[in-house]
Amino acid sequence: MMYEAILLAPLAAAVVVALGARVLPRNLLHGLPILAVGLSACLSIWALLEQLDGEPVNVKLLDWLSIGGFELSFGLLIDRLTALMMCVVTWVSLAVHVYTVGYMRDDPGYARFFALIAFFTSAMLLLVMADNFMQLFVGWEAVGLASYLLIGFWFKRPSANFASLKAFLVNRVGDLGLLLGIALIGGAAGSLDYAVVFSGAPGLAAQEITVWPGVSLPALDLGCVLLFVGAMGKSAQMPLHIWLPDSMEGPTPISALIHAATMVTAGVFMVARMSPLFEYSPLALSVVLAVGATTALATGLVAIVQQDIKRIVAWSTLSQLGYMMAGLGVSAYSVAIYHLFTHAFFKALLFLAAGAVIVALHHEQDIRRMGGLYRRMPITYATALIGGLALAGIPGTAGFFSKDALISAVTQSAGPVSAYAGWCLLAGVAVTAFYSARFVLVVFHGREPEGASHVSELEPRGLWMLVPLVFLAVPSLLIGWFTYQPVVLGEYFASSLVDLQGGTAGAPDLGADTLDFFVHGLYSPVFLLALIGGLSAWVLYEWRPGWRSRAAPVLRVPGRVLKLGYGFDPALERAIIPGARGLARVAADQADARFIDGLLVNGLARTIRWGSGVMRRLQTGLLYHYAFAMVAAICLLIAWVILVLD
Amino acid sequence: MIGLAHLLTLSTILFAIAVCGIFINRRSVILLLMCVELLLLAVNFNFIAFAYFLGDLAGQVFVFFILTVAAAEAAIGLAILVVLFRNRISVNVEEFSLLKG
Repeated sequence: MMYEAILLAPLAAAVVVALGARVLPRNLLHGLPILAVGLSACLSIWALLEQLDGEPVNVKLLDWLSIGGFELSFGLLIDRLTALMMCVVTWVSLAVHVYTVGYMRDDPGYARFFALIAFFTSAMLLLVMADNFMQLFVGWEAVGLASYLLIGFWFKRPSANFASLKAFLVNRVGDLGLLLGIALIGGAAGSLDYAVVFSGAPGLAAQEITVWPGVSLPALDLGCVLLFVGAMGKSAQMPLHIWLPDSMEGPTPISALIHAATMVTAGVFMVARMSPLFEYSPLALSVVLAVGATTALATGLVAIVQQDIKRIVAWSTLSQLGYMMAGLGVSAYSVAIYHLFTHAFFKALLFLAAGAVIVALHHEQDIRRMGGLYRRMPITYATALIGGLALAGIPGTAGFFSKDALISAVTQSAGPVSAYAGWCLLAGVAVTAFYSARFVLVVFHGREPEGASHVSELEPRGLWMLVPLVFLAVPSLLIGWFTYQPVVLGEYFASSLVDLQGGTAGAPDLGADTLDFFVHGLYSPVFLLALIGGLSAWVLYEWRPGWRSRAAPVLRVPGRVLKLGYGFDPALERAIIPGARGLARVAADQADARFIDGLLVNGLARTIRWGSGVMRRLQTGLLYHYAFAMVAAICLLIAWVILVLD
Repeated sequence: MIGLAHLLTLSTILFAIAVCGIFINRRSVILLLMCVELLLLAVNFNFIAFAYFLGDLAGQVFVFFILTVAAAEAAIGLAILVVLFRNRISVNVEEFSLLKG
């Protein structure tokens, strides 16, 4: 009963607000979703506490499909992984809901926005709480739909429409992989229920599947790689990452929601959920590791050259998702989920802080026109600083505990691409620190731009926005101290994640307890790299800005490559889009207009018309012709009877 | 001695003349009606011939029926013909082709 309430409360609020957008008073338009998500959030904490000293719960709510011997039910699976995800989703979503009251105050689509984010939360909860692949897929698509509607929220802007369509289409590519993977695993295992499939994983590992006459592939390897393609789309791994930076066209609260809690984490969660399958497929794990590590470094570098305050944070999300994927790739599922958990708080915090700056500067997003804001917006500055420190992984912050543990797990692993992945992630640390420092320094320090003297964070709407900032800053700073011990060192995930390859086991770098790990982190090369990255940003943007122009000629070419995002977008526009357009044109002109319309539809009509033209000539209307035909036919009939039948 | 074959041949000739009269005749509807009567007479001839040679009177009884029907048909046919002539001012078969496709 309680579990259903967690799932349905935001959905009910979304429906009520959507239907009552014109009649409900404004207080209810934001009050209902906030109350509903707050209820879900409190119940999620309760579910987490239940799980801490209990067994996983699998509730079968109703029978969904029953085709022959194939049974599919609609159920909820609550274990420790699910409970943690539910807490992340609902609490971050709650903060975003409250923040939205201030941020969207003057927007004509106020009610629509609240209905959509409540629906978004509910869809993500459905995905997380699913107990079978089909339900996961439904949640997965619902999340995709909600993100499409929200990225294109300001539907009068052509760029927003473009971005939402792009997000939707790129996600389709990933979803195709996911669907094929689900079909393959469902076909091989004979069921789509998690419990059945996971318990049969060792048997699946031995199966082969014929993909083409004469070509057989291991079923589990192929299935896991296909599932990961789905995760690449949703969690924006290279080369399917191109939709995420463009998704910044949506309002800032939705960026925070997408990047922290409800959208991009779905892929990471899904791979962790499938850990019993991935563990039997070292090939798929290597793919995950290689893609994740590449994404972590490559997209982090792009974040350095961005000039849009939201895009900096967006590219950093890509990089952090790469870290999580790399963690999954070395079977360190618990650490990857732990990074997801801490990242949700500080990334939501950074986005909301960026949104506060944007609102205060009247929708200015270019960081070159910002600066010196720490005097005008001290609370926003403090929270953004905490977010930046956590993102850079400075020891003591939440980001440190998860990211350092993750890097330790990757560098200690012994897979085929581990060495490459380890170097990528280590280099990524310096890059992360650099762009985090650049973000904070350029926006909040430095010279104040003209006309900034009236900027204040304490205007009437300010309180709605400051409370979530402070609320998120606390876990971003402190939560690592309470959770590191049980989640990473302890057995928190023992009942929900399978770790055959020993991803985190016996890693001396993880320390004996939280304090030990913290002290160890102070001496580690990771911290040194972070310091180097942060200090070089300080030198270039605060202490000696002139050095940047001096270095500019050398950095022109790499800077250009990075600004283009390695040319994925132009390449797509040159290579794939004309091809797709051409294909669509062929389909429209040849297949549809000529074949279906011309040959089948009009062709049938033409044939009948021609046939009737021939036939009508027989109908002369003259009596003696009919009489002759009758007599002649009778004569032929008689002749036939006499000559042939006798 | 006149046998069955002679009588049947006569009726066949009558029938063939009547049929030819129907679809070779391109002028008058009245001729058509006459040909229809001739068809019926040819059939009557068959009935009488078989009744006589098989010794069964039922065939001759049928002839009376057919004559009655033929008389009724001629009456209706002529009535239609009168109405037709009133409307079209013609009895020419070639002009009656309203059903032409």
